[in-house]
Amino acid sequence: MSALAIAKTAPPLSAAHTEQLAQLLAGLDSAGLLWASGFAAGLAHARGDAVPALTTHPLEAIGQRLTVLYGSQTGNAQRIAHRLAARAEAAGVPVRLLRADAYPLRELKDERLLYVVISTQGDGDPPEDALGFVEFLQGRKAPRLDQLAFAVLGLGDSSYPQFCAVGRLLDQRLADLGGTRLFACAEADLDSDAVAVPWLDQAQAKAEERLRQESQRATVTPLRRAPPAAAIASREQPALVELLANQRISGRDSSRDVRHIELSLTGSGLTYQPGDALGVWPHNDAGLVTRILDALALDGERVLSHGEHSLPLRQWLSERRELTRLSRGLIAAHAARAGSAELDALLADGEAVRGWLVEHQVLDLIQRWPAVWSAQELVAALPALTPRLYSIASSQAEVGDEAHLTVALVQEQRAGEDRFGAASHYLAQQPEGARLGVFIEANARFRLPADPDRDVIMIGPGTGVAPFRGFVQQRAVAGGQGRNWLLFGARRFRDDFYYQREWQQALQDGHLDRLDLAFSRDGGERVYVQQRLLEHGQAVCEWLHNGAHLYVCGAVAMGKDVHQALLVLLTAHAGHSGEQAEAYLRDLQQHGRYARDLY
Amino acid sequence: MSAIEQLKRDSQRLRGSLRESLADPVTGALAEPDTVLLKFHGSYQQDDRDLRDERRRSKLEPAYQFMIRTRTPGGVVSAGQWLKLDAIARTFGNGTLRLTTRQAFQFHGVIKRELKTTLQALNAALIDSVAACGDVNRNVLVAANPLLPAVHAKVQQQAVALSEQFLPRSRAYYEIWLDAEKLADSGSEDEPLYGPAYLPRKFKIAFAVPPINDVDVFAHDLGFTAIIEGGTLRGYNVSVGGGMGASHGDPETYPRLADVIGFVEPAQVQALAEAVLTCQRDWGNRVLRKRARLKYTIDDRGLDVFAAEVQRRAGFALAPARPVVFAHSGDRFGWVEGEHGAGNLTLRLRAGRIADQPGAMHLSGLRAIAVLHPGSFRLTPNQNLIVAQVPAALRARIDALVAEHGLDRYRRDSALAVRAMACVALPTCSLAMAEAERYLPEFSAALEQVLARHGLLDAPILLRISGCPNGCSRPYLGEIALIGKGPGRYNLHLAADALGQRLNRLYRENLDQAGILAALDPLLARYAGERESGEGFGDFLLRAGVMQSSQTAADIEATHEPT
Repeated sequence: MSALAIAKTAPPLSAAHTEQLAQLLAGLDSAGLLWASGFAAGLAHARGDAVPALTTHPLEAIGQRLTVLYGSQTGNAQRIAHRLAARAEAAGVPVRLLRADAYPLRELKDERLLYVVISTQGDGDPPEDALGFVEFLQGRKAPRLDQLAFAVLGLGDSSYPQFCAVGRLLDQRLADLGGTRLFACAEADLDSDAVAVPWLDQAQAKAEERLRQESQRATVTPLRRAPPAAAIASREQPALVELLANQRISGRDSSRDVRHIELSLTGSGLTYQPGDALGVWPHNDAGLVTRILDALALDGERVLSHGEHSLPLRQWLSERRELTRLSRGLIAAHAARAGSAELDALLADGEAVRGWLVEHQVLDLIQRWPAVWSAQELVAALPALTPRLYSIASSQAEVGDEAHLTVALVQEQRAGEDRFGAASHYLAQQPEGARLGVFIEANARFRLPADPDRDVIMIGPGTGVAPFRGFVQQRAVAGGQGRNWLLFGARRFRDDFYYQREWQQALQDGHLDRLDLAFSRDGGERVYVQQRLLEHGQAVCEWLHNGAHLYVCGAVAMGKDVHQALLVLLTAHAGHSGEQAEAYLRDLQQHGRYARDLY
Repeated sequence: MSAIEQLKRDSQRLRGSLRESLADPVTGALAEPDTVLLKFHGSYQQDDRDLRDERRRSKLEPAYQFMIRTRTPGGVVSAGQWLKLDAIARTFGNGTLRLTTRQAFQFHGVIKRELKTTLQALNAALIDSVAACGDVNRNVLVAANPLLPAVHAKVQQQAVALSEQFLPRSRAYYEIWLDAEKLADSGSEDEPLYGPAYLPRKFKIAFAVPPINDVDVFAHDLGFTAIIEGGTLRGYNVSVGGGMGASHGDPETYPRLADVIGFVEPAQVQALAEAVLTCQRDWGNRVLRKRARLKYTIDDRGLDVFAAEVQRRAGFALAPARPVVFAHSGDRFGWVEGEHGAGNLTLRLRAGRIADQPGAMHLSGLRAIAVLHPGSFRLTPNQNLIVAQVPAALRARIDALVAEHGLDRYRRDSALAVRAMACVALPTCSLAMAEAERYLPEFSAALEQVLARHGLLDAPILLRISGCPNGCSRPYLGEIALIGKGPGRYNLHLAADALGQRLNRLYRENLDQAGILAALDPLLARYAGERESGEGFGDFLLRAGVMQSSQTAADIEATHEPT
């Protein structure tokens, strides 16, 4: 191999090193080359420092290895993609793992084997790290992919209308561009492993099959440092932490019960950055479990084995299975047992069933259309319980070994019975001193600027204000020159101004420079944060042009309205055309200056 | 000079930073200095004290809200105005109207961002709240006695004239609340009467019409007691230096009854009143705010010196006071005949609160009466209400509405309950140390049981409850008075005369309800057995030697009975 050939791969080496390496390699046979490769890899691993994601690769090598690409918002797709890469690597399949926004788009045309794991946000949007990739694929610059073999795993939440829409879209588009679909696009619900695990098995088998045929030639195996074991392990093996405080922070006349939860991380080994999320493994409400057992006339004490666990049915339902979220699959399984024309008709109407499952829970299903389930069948059919993620509302710089959450209790009345969100209800019920299973879900895409002198604009209506409490705490301790501007909104000033006293204090102490408020139910016109943003459009532009970082946290719909408002104000005050405004925001996004945490 | 004195001087004629405070969206409160200035505009910043601790724990600021008090001299409003006040209470307030012991309406629970709209609605009813609170002349009281319509009309006219004469000249109220245009001198208007610092403290005027002393004429800085001869108003006896407020355990502060300094003719009233007010303006204590009321000025300077100065300023000498006899200080409930066949109906409203409650739909009932009735309403200084000038033809229908809405308490209440008064206190008043208005029903009922045991249910004992020693319910003139000391605890004062002419005195300190009843029980037992015909409880206690007389009462808080 010549120095020129190495140089074409754009190695992270000086010219002198490239030259020396070429000379060294020229004298080695295949066995020597493989040994040298492994030796060097071992050296790198031993150093243990972070290896940057490889963004350039030998063109010749692309075709001979698997690329795993992921787009992730909450970390699920990332986790599964990591698992796939690890399995492939363990099986001896050359693999590179890339987040979608780190993927060099020009290499796509040369890919031979590509697996995509991607989630769908809110209304069918890609996760933010995949915006550019999806846009590129859909655009006219997308290349023909006649030599590509691919498979897609979509993740989503079937309670949203556009369930796994992005996964399906990519799957269709890759095929349209000439790619060969190795196997059907899979669509995983919140209980992602039910679908993801079979998909991973299939993906690994196919990869081995294809790349074993082509792996006669040596290649550069990209080095990828395994993700820290604890981060993944903690999701499955959460830390037990003590609840220090559970305080309602919405006023007594509020229509919402919002809690400020304080947890002690002492001894858990958990640490976090402002912007990270805390995962909570809830238990289902004991009353709900009993009602389901009663409705199905099942014995809760009966011990059942499923997968690796043997537990009494009551414990399966309380700690291991989703009872507050419905999936289409479960409705279908229930319909098969219920023999109800009404339920069959509902199931046949995709739009209707989606609407229904968003509004209802497992108990509603079995109460309305009675059916016979065996305990074993039920445990097999119910989706596995998944942890719920909450943006952390504190900074360790301020609170030390604690993590604070802002939790809105999800609660409705149906036919005289309460229906709760699993985790918010669970948290709200916990007394001080209770121990909860939690883990940290890092959110590298929602970080304060490294430079404390940068301004930040924080848009966080409702419980979306949570991470900004952490931000302001962090910035107060950091003590930079950067200004902090918070836009908060809720229903009523009197009862829903979460952390009002703290914000007032922060204003007084100069830790908050601006606070704009929008209350929608205080009489008169309903005002939302995006209106406030528009009213202060000039200032927003000035802050942004001054280098401010912009953050949005809260509901998906709000995020859209805010995005729209930003486009409008950029057009109005910064002289951008509509397209320029879009490009400007995209640019901010790509530079980590416009980060969103929407749910 | 006290801090508030400086604040008044620097306030640009009562404007301060009120506009900025109102515009601040982050808090439902005003900046602290503006809360002082707001009083001059007739409003107090308060908060719902029932929620204070709960909201603190919820990381929410107190539930700030505002009380607005009207300037309604003599407490007279038309039926049309009543309907507008009723609408304001329901739209912007907490759904209640409160009648005060100064014949004003109070709205409670108005929030900051609706304060301006509320005052505009009030203005649309041709009522304002200028100077209803603050260091100025307050709402002028007029006897509500409907027995002498011609005299009442004349006295009322003089009261209104004084109220107008003593309005601040600052246009701050009109600019801030009613969007009046700013003029060249805005912020530095000439205040010929008050000067840039206004008065050292509040200033209260009352007009009494004997034989009823419903205004408690000696409880005010300046009192005019009408002298009627042959059915004609001849003039007034003038009394100065009354005042109720005191602080617990501070002998430098005390309630004081006014001294009568002479007689003036009706035409001399304005000049005399101005002389008293300006003398207090110039002589009043601006260093020690707790000693700033006229009563202390007079005690510090001497009554004779003060009276001489007043006469010098007025430009005439006072004639000797004429003899006056008061029969009582209460209201005359039920129908009283007026002129031309019209009637006046006095209704009992407990603690002046008009609300809609099951079985007592008072707000709705009075609205219905106001719709029906072409005349006027008159607030009594005892927190009650007169439906005035009712044509004979409407009486039956009004009686029906009264019964239907439970407004006939005057027929049903015991002699004790129908006379009792209580200030607002908790949860809105920031000064309250104990419950008053909310405690009155419970305490009356408990005391009635004791009275019943001694066969005293018909005895017209005057009970007054106050949540703090400042005296909004004129507690120092109650035969039995509870003065709030702490939650559930009161000082028990006894032995005023029920005529408004003798203060009570402290009998026992810091009692809970059981303690109060236990203290009263033996006294009531003796009263039941030993009273003379027509003898009041307070008078009996003096005669029996249980209490010492305290006519001028400078020692009221300082001297107590051993406990």
